[in-house]
Amino acid sequence: MEKARPQWANPLQFVFACISYAVGLGNVWRFPYLCQMYGGGSFLIPYLIMLVVEGMPLLYMELAVGQRMRQGSIGAWRTISPYLGGVGVASVLVSFFLSMYYNVINAWAFWYLFHSFQNPLPWSVCPLNGNRTGYDAECEAASSTQYFWYRKTLNISPSIQESGAVQWEPALCLILAWLVVYLCILRGTESTGKVEQLANPRTWINAATQIFFSLGLGFGSLIAFASYNEPSNDCQKHAIIVSLINSATSIFASIVTFSIYGFKATFNYENCLNKMILLLTNSFDLEDGFLTASNLEQVKDHLASAYPSKYSEVLPYIKNCSLESELDTAVQGTGLAFIVYSEAIKNMEVSQLWSVLYFFMLLMLGIGSMLGNTAAILTPLTDSKVISSHLPKEVISGLVCLISCAVGMLFTMEAGNYWFDIFNDYAATLSLLLIVLVETIAVCYVYGLRRFESDLKAMTGRALSWYWKVMWAGVSPLLIVSLFAFYLSDYILSGTLRYQAWDAFQGQLVTKDYPAYALAVIGLLVASSTMCIPLGALGTFITRHLKRGDPAPVA
Amino acid sequence: MLWPLFLLVTAIHAELCQPDAENAFKVRLSIKTALGDKAYAWDINEEYLFRAMVAFSMRKVPKRETTEIAHVLLCNVTQRVSFWFVVTDPSKNHTLPAAEIQSAIRMNRNRINNAFSLSDQTLEFLKIPSTLAPPVDPSVPIWIIIFGVIFCIIIVATTLLILSGIWQSRRKNMEPSEMVDAEDKRENMITVENGIPCDSLDAKGGHINDAFMTEDERLTPL
Repeated sequence: MEKARPQWANPLQFVFACISYAVGLGNVWRFPYLCQMYGGGSFLIPYLIMLVVEGMPLLYMELAVGQRMRQGSIGAWRTISPYLGGVGVASVLVSFFLSMYYNVINAWAFWYLFHSFQNPLPWSVCPLNGNRTGYDAECEAASSTQYFWYRKTLNISPSIQESGAVQWEPALCLILAWLVVYLCILRGTESTGKVEQLANPRTWINAATQIFFSLGLGFGSLIAFASYNEPSNDCQKHAIIVSLINSATSIFASIVTFSIYGFKATFNYENCLNKMILLLTNSFDLEDGFLTASNLEQVKDHLASAYPSKYSEVLPYIKNCSLESELDTAVQGTGLAFIVYSEAIKNMEVSQLWSVLYFFMLLMLGIGSMLGNTAAILTPLTDSKVISSHLPKEVISGLVCLISCAVGMLFTMEAGNYWFDIFNDYAATLSLLLIVLVETIAVCYVYGLRRFESDLKAMTGRALSWYWKVMWAGVSPLLIVSLFAFYLSDYILSGTLRYQAWDAFQGQLVTKDYPAYALAVIGLLVASSTMCIPLGALGTFITRHLKRGDPAPVA
Repeated sequence: MLWPLFLLVTAIHAELCQPDAENAFKVRLSIKTALGDKAYAWDINEEYLFRAMVAFSMRKVPKRETTEIAHVLLCNVTQRVSFWFVVTDPSKNHTLPAAEIQSAIRMNRNRINNAFSLSDQTLEFLKIPSTLAPPVDPSVPIWIIIFGVIFCIIIVATTLLILSGIWQSRRKNMEPSEMVDAEDKRENMITVENGIPCDSLDAKGGHINDAFMTEDERLTPL
């Protein structure tokens, strides 16, 4: 006998919770980048194929498992098979890693949001140097937006070895971000659903990967959300709706992002031309206004032939300005969100308004995904009788937020951004692929596809279409295995791992090797979550063996 | 007879003002960039005004109050518009030290700019850096104010939610009817067998046991 499980007030709340979880920052800063790097519009073809073949079936499966077992990830997988409790633990662990570093992005969004209420925007002007005769050297070498991001926001150190101290400004913003998350999850499930206003084998692999991570499979969040559903809820319809809306948001976001790319490229190209014009005008004392963009090339040739010695002196400083090369420099991740977009915003009219709106949008996306993550962690914890009998739900939520916030302080140090990149690249990637693979095999072959099918029919009253059965049993596991094999071989073949460090003197990123202890942390991140699965099975096997060994009578 | 003297004087002048000469400064103007359509042409009268402004700046330096316009020499005027200038002492044999000229120009930079309707960027004195205006720095950074406001709102909301939760659970505990509680509990409980909830069966409405369905067939219909 157990107490009634809290439920969503209506199915719409559940759908909105799933959408706000799935539609996150990746839709804004990862998908447009992939589109640009892998052929623009033609990237949509592998993306949509992978959506139908991999994304929707796996999403439906996770929702169905959650709705059927009516428990969080640990309990749900233990119900399917007692040896698979480790899968749930692995999911919770990965969610925990994610929640530690993901909220730092929200902290940065808060930082930029608070700084948007100034005129001029702080990232549009360089600060002055010590004796006020010019601008700060680092800002001159880079640009004002990059300077604001690397120096004022992160105060980044030159390499991962130099950790520096915890920066109090981002630390405060991180505390605020966790308070907001705690406030939202305090009232439990009912409050998280509140309406949020959502040819090349590399191409296919990236499309498959993008769909996989964009939908947030394997974290246990979808299982957690679905476990609060009415058993008769039509989760098939909702799975299709959520995945379609997620993809539509990605495509819509790329339209906006492409226009920002174009704006930035044009702006930089014109800046480059003006710099060249000024350089030549000053070096050769030409008449002011004589050189324009149209006659630049002719005049350059004329000067090269007329004054060869002087031209060769100026030659090292002359750059060939090209719009194509500006367009080719695509950026993804935090660089796109906080440097490229803020650079575009500072050049718009009424930039304060656009800035506030943009960072508010980032916050909404980030906090929506954070709520899904914390649900993945809290649902198994509150389901477990051991913990929930001793502590009320509010205290458990508070403790989880406190621990994550404390660990998150690591990312506010001077070298914090480098550790952030480590977590972002390695904490969830390989482990999630393995978790979802084991999940699919568990549902189809350990629990039994027929048994699951009849459970679903009894629960929802609808028969399971052959399409889902084929996908679950055959196509999706094959796809995941090939993705997994590809990434594993990629990691092994690429040798030592490297990262981008910010060089303050040159004003640009340089590539460096990870030190040994950073590599150890990466290995630990991947191993700790993947090992949960075999260790969980082993633990259950041992306890069962011991129980059978005991001569205690079983009723 | 005066010709050789004249030639000598111009020769000396020419030596004093030369590109990269000692104590000489290069000036660069970008009139078209600054004024666009309203740009004026650079001619001898503008040069006269420039020399007057430099002389004016030097007259403000202690011990140089007697500087005249004639002491300021211009040379190498190009199309750009750019030229070199020096300031000589009253004897017209030596040029004044660069440091003095530098500090004089820096002190009066604003007046010089305004005389030509230009700015620090469009009227450049190479090797004389201008003092840039510092950005407005409020005593309390604006972002802390906004952060404080949002922080207080969130803390208040969280405290209210926690307190209302405690208050509600206390109110529930104070209700005396335990029977009501037990009945409520039974109604809300869901039977779980083997960890799988049995709520696919409707416990309240009774259920049809298929094993007894055949009983009806034993009785022959009338």
